[in-house]
Amino acid sequence: MRLFGHRLTIPALIGMIVIAVNLIAAIGAPVIAPFDQADVVGDAWGDPDPQHWLGLDNLGRDLFSRLIYGARMSIGLSLIITCLSFFIGITAGFSAAVLRGWVDLGLSRLVDLLLSMPTLIFAFIILSVLGTEPPVLIVTIAVLDSTKVFRLSRALAMNIAALEYVEVAKVRGEGLWWVIRKEILPNAMAPLIAEFGLRFSFTFLFIAALSFLGLGIQPPNADWGSMVRDYRDMINLDSTAPLYPAGAIAILTIGVNFVVDWMLSIHSRSHGAGA
Amino acid sequence: MLRLIAQRLGLGLLTLWAASVLIFVGTEILPGDLASAVLQNSATPESLAEMRKELGLDRPAIVRYGEWLGNAAVGDLGHSLASHRDVVEEIKPRLENTIFLAICSAIIAVPLAVTLGLMAAIWQGGIYDRLVNLVTLLSISVPEYLVGYILIKYLSVQLGWFPSLGNVTPDTPMGERIYLIFLPALTLVLVVVAHMMRMTRASVLNIMASPYIEMAFLKGLPKWRVVVRHAFPNALAPVINVIALNLAYLIVGVVIVEAVFVYPGLGQLMVDAVSKHDVPVVQACGLIFAAAFILLNMLADILAIFSNPRLRHPR
Repeated sequence: MRLFGHRLTIPALIGMIVIAVNLIAAIGAPVIAPFDQADVVGDAWGDPDPQHWLGLDNLGRDLFSRLIYGARMSIGLSLIITCLSFFIGITAGFSAAVLRGWVDLGLSRLVDLLLSMPTLIFAFIILSVLGTEPPVLIVTIAVLDSTKVFRLSRALAMNIAALEYVEVAKVRGEGLWWVIRKEILPNAMAPLIAEFGLRFSFTFLFIAALSFLGLGIQPPNADWGSMVRDYRDMINLDSTAPLYPAGAIAILTIGVNFVVDWMLSIHSRSHGAGA
Repeated sequence: MLRLIAQRLGLGLLTLWAASVLIFVGTEILPGDLASAVLQNSATPESLAEMRKELGLDRPAIVRYGEWLGNAAVGDLGHSLASHRDVVEEIKPRLENTIFLAICSAIIAVPLAVTLGLMAAIWQGGIYDRLVNLVTLLSISVPEYLVGYILIKYLSVQLGWFPSLGNVTPDTPMGERIYLIFLPALTLVLVVVAHMMRMTRASVLNIMASPYIEMAFLKGLPKWRVVVRHAFPNALAPVINVIALNLAYLIVGVVIVEAVFVYPGLGQLMVDAVSKHDVPVVQACGLIFAAAFILLNMLADILAIFSNPRLRHPR
């Protein structure tokens, strides 16, 4: 099988199927899920039966339906954060590479500063003051994550900005935004797309970890990280309940990483190892 | 060489200082005022004014930063807003627990990862090598809590070999302590080992492309000897770097693993403090985690200088 003229490997195919299934679940949750995420349909921790495939949860809600709705929150939020982080990171990284001088110096030192501490710890510090409302979560994680996008896009753009056609565009009098959008972005696209997958899976794990610690998405919204948290005590009674949402997190991340691996291998083949 | 190490130490201190600024700025100068964050919905104008005074918010930020840093430097981290206890008292037993868990995990993980990585380099391209790649991919994708809960479900609940809670107290004897932290440590090892092993393999294979390795092969040396005696010592600097970076990652993993096993460590304390808006405790924990992170990075640089004679004499 081929896609965009490149041979699709089996892991990449599996990864794409996993991503597709998750996206369908996230978008079509109200149609696909047999029950609503907040509906109490029986006793707490009811056993699985033909209507409730995975049984009921701590408040008697259908676990399978909540798992489907959870895809919405977890994936949606991670996508928003990753897009924002790429917007910030790419704009700053490309600007630094094109403008050089004090802009580059200032931005690079700022990023070094932000990276002097583990991201999770820094996020804790900010969340302790600002609380865990979704907008706070989105902006905090996006800004922290954009530091890594900044480093990659700056390095990519440094190579591209030194080429003649960028010089020509600048001499022609094109503005910064035009140069970034029309000259640099199209030429940095391939590695950036692979990085998008990588950053998405990182953000996804990060937000799930925060929710698991009780500092991310707050109830009543179903999301996989907080579902693990809600169901975790059941593990001591030999229940599998917390393993379903945790497994869903793992499967999606593995799927994304399979596809990223495939994209990176195409890229390194067509551009040589030193790209 | 001493000058180089002194430079690294200086750089480390500078980074630590930068981190302290970041922690302070993060908690103080953000839009929401600290007093209203602490009091949340119960804030009345009077209680807000009182809290501001208690927190010293009526003075300029730069003065408070100087005080905070000066006190932190002599070991006074202030008082908890939630329990009103001394932060140092609160942190000390927790920090000991966390360090114990992290060290136990590192003692198992590092030699294991290096050995497995070397084996993957020796049998490069074989089934074992491909297995290593797959396991690494799995382990960077699978969250710590999934590993933790699977271990609890099978090793603790079904087989009953190990306890599922790591509830150690200051007077738990050493033997029991190790037994209690077995599952948390195993979880951390599983999470961190794959990446270290893959990087060890990559660094060794990188060296394997050099001419002197080809020479060693042409002399007729067996492959394991070339890898262990000729390639590995030269790959040591990057391997040490990778190990230190992964141990820094252990710091983050520890926060989640402590939550899974309800282990009374620093990570749990910080998470609790964040949800209670207990800023002095958050700042202190943040400072300790940041210091550990920076220390490990610095250690990586210094050990790399020791292991590679070429780095000892710059230019």
